[in-house]
Amino acid sequence: MRKLGNVKKLSATAFDIRRNALDIIMAGGGGHIGGDMSEAEILLTLYERMNVTPETQDSPDRDRFVLSKGHCVETLYAVLSYEGFMKLDEVLAKFSRFGSEYIGHPHNTLPGIEMNSGSLGHGLSVSVGMALAGKMDKKAYRVYTLMGDGELAEGSVWEGAAAAGHYRLDNLCAIVDHNHLQISGNVDEVLSPGDIGARFAASGWNVLKISNGNDIAQISSALDEAEKTKIHPTVIIAETTKGKGSALIENKASWHHKLPTQEEYEKIAADIAAYKEAVLNG
Amino acid sequence: MANKIANRAVMCEVLKEAASKDKNVVVLCSDSRGSASLASFADTYPEQFVEVGIAEQNLVSIAAGLASCGKIPFAVSPASFISTRSYEQCKVDCAYSDMNVKLIGISGGVSYGALGMTHHSAQDIAAMSAIPNMRVYLPSDRFQTRCVFEELLKDHKTAYVRIGRNPVEDVYSEGNVPFKMDKATVLAEGSDVLIVACGELVKAAKDSAELLKAKNISAGVLDMYCVKPLDSEGLLSAAKGKKLIITVEEHSPFGGLGSMVAQVISANDPKKVVNLSLPDAPVITGKSQEVFAHYGMNAEGIAKKVAEILG
Ligand SMILES: Cc1ncc(C[n+]2csc(CCOP(=O)(O)OP(=O)(O)O)c2C)c(N)n1
Ligand SMILES: [Mg+2]
Repeated sequence: MRKLGNVKKLSATAFDIRRNALDIIMAGGGGHIGGDMSEAEILLTLYERMNVTPETQDSPDRDRFVLSKGHCVETLYAVLSYEGFMKLDEVLAKFSRFGSEYIGHPHNTLPGIEMNSGSLGHGLSVSVGMALAGKMDKKAYRVYTLMGDGELAEGSVWEGAAAAGHYRLDNLCAIVDHNHLQISGNVDEVLSPGDIGARFAASGWNVLKISNGNDIAQISSALDEAEKTKIHPTVIIAETTKGKGSALIENKASWHHKLPTQEEYEKIAADIAAYKEAVLNG
Repeated sequence: MANKIANRAVMCEVLKEAASKDKNVVVLCSDSRGSASLASFADTYPEQFVEVGIAEQNLVSIAAGLASCGKIPFAVSPASFISTRSYEQCKVDCAYSDMNVKLIGISGGVSYGALGMTHHSAQDIAAMSAIPNMRVYLPSDRFQTRCVFEELLKDHKTAYVRIGRNPVEDVYSEGNVPFKMDKATVLAEGSDVLIVACGELVKAAKDSAELLKAKNISAGVLDMYCVKPLDSEGLLSAAKGKKLIITVEEHSPFGGLGSMVAQVISANDPKKVVNLSLPDAPVITGKSQEVFAHYGMNAEGIAKKVAEILG
C-alpha cells in the first residue's frame, strides 16, 4: 500500500467527490445517492493507497478492488476520475445515456474497473478468487472489496467468508459500509444481520471496527492493521452515515435512490460545500 | 401516453383483495416491496407479509415451505434475480416439489434500462420454461395482468409471471378484456402475416398491424401471454393460410417465445417464422422504448420487417 497524503486535504477532497457523484446522478437522471455518499471516504482512501494507478492498471502485480455494492457506482466514477483512470467530463456527458458504456453499475470494459457487479452478494466470492490466485502465484498484491450492510443478507456472502477463512487469505480485506439502511428501511428491521463481527470471526476473520467510516484517518489506520495481519483475512466494519454530506438526505432510507429535484440538488450541493469548508477550517 | 397505472400496481390491488378474503394468501419480498409496488400490501396486511431481506434464494425456498403448509405464497423480486439467482430453488423447491408458489418477476426484461445486464432479465422465459411443471406468463397490460393474477389465485401449482416496471399503454380497455386462461387472445384477424407477441411488446405488435394496413398487408395479431403452456391450438389456427409468422419478445433470441412458436409451426404447418428479440449480447444502454426502437421491436420496426420479407 502507498502512504496516505495530507489527511485534511483529502478529507476536503471527499466532499468534491460527493459533489461530482451528485452531478453524475443529475446528469444521468438517476443513481444511488444514499450509498454513494456513505462510501466516499472509503473509496477515496482505498484508491489513494492501493498499488494501482492508470499506468499500472493492467499490471499483474496491482492491488485489486471490487465494488460489491455496485449500485453505488457514481462515487466510484468520481473517484476513478479524480485518480486519472477516466475523465469526469466524459462521465457527466455519457452517464446512463442511450448507447453509453457508463452504465448504472460497474463494468470492466471501463478503465480501472476490475469486475462487473450490481447483483449483490458476488463481490466477496470474486475477491476470494483474486486473493487465492495471488497466493497461488506468490504475488504480493492485496484484494479489497466493499459490501453494503443490507447486502450481508445474501447467503453467498457467508460462503465467501468461509472460503476466505479456510484458505487463510490474509491478502484479502473486506469492508462493510455499515450505514444501517437499505431500500426498505433500517437493516435491523428489514432483516437483522445479527452480530456481523462475530459472524466473520466465526469463519476465521480478523475483525476491525471503526466508529467513523467517514473518517479518512480511521479508515487508513484500519487498512494498515489489515495489511499487517497474517493468516487471517480482515473485515473492517465501518460505521458510516448514509447520505453523508447533506442533512436533507442523511440517514433517510427514502434517499436510497431518489433523484433530487433541482431545488433539492441546489440544497444538497450547498450543504456539501459547507461540509468541505468546515473540514478546511477545522 | 394515457395510462399511468403500472402492471405491478394492479398486482398489488389483486393481492390485497385476495388477502382480505383469505388469510393464507401471503406475499414475500426481498427488500423489493417498493419496486414491486407492494408497500401498501405490507402496510395493510403485515401478518400476511414476509420480508426476507436481500436474499432471493431464501425468498423462494421459504415460499415453498409456506406452500407445503397450506399457505398461498407470492414471492416477488426483480425478474433478473428470481430467475437466475434463485433458479435452483424455483426448480427443486417449487416446480419439482409441486408447490403452490407463485413466482413474480418484477421490473422484467429491460425495464431497468441503464442499470445494465445484472438487472435485465432477457433469459427468464427460456430458463423458467425449461423447468418441468413450471408455467410462464407475460401479461401485456394492466387489464390482462388482473386476469392472470385472478386465475393464478384459483389454482394450486407453481407459476412464474414476468411484469415490467413502468406503466405501459393499454392493449385492452375497461369491460373489454377477452381472456381465457392458457388461451392466446386474438387481437386482429389478417390474411398475410401472423404476429405473435407476449408481454409489453403486444401493444407494439397490435400497432404494427395498423401500420401494415396502410401498406396493404393484412396482419393477424396474437397475444400469447401464456408462453408456457403455449397455446398451440390457438397458434396453429391463427397461423393457418399465412405466408409468414413473426414473433416479438423482450427476451434473448434463444429459448423464448420465438423458439417455442417455431417448434410448433415447424412440426405442424411448416412455414417461415422470423423472431424479433433482443440480441445475444448485453443490451444497449437506454430506456425500454429506446431499446425496442434500436432493435426494431417497436411498431415501426415490426411493420418494416414484415414489409421487407413480404415486399
Ligand atoms: C441480488 C440483488 N438483489 C437485489 C438488488 C437490488 N438492490 C439494489 S441496492 C439494494 C439495497 C442495498 O442495501 P445495502 O447493501 O445496505 O447498500 P447501501 O445502503 O450501501 O446502499 C437492493 C436490494 C440487487 N442489486 N442485487
Ligand atoms: Mg446499507
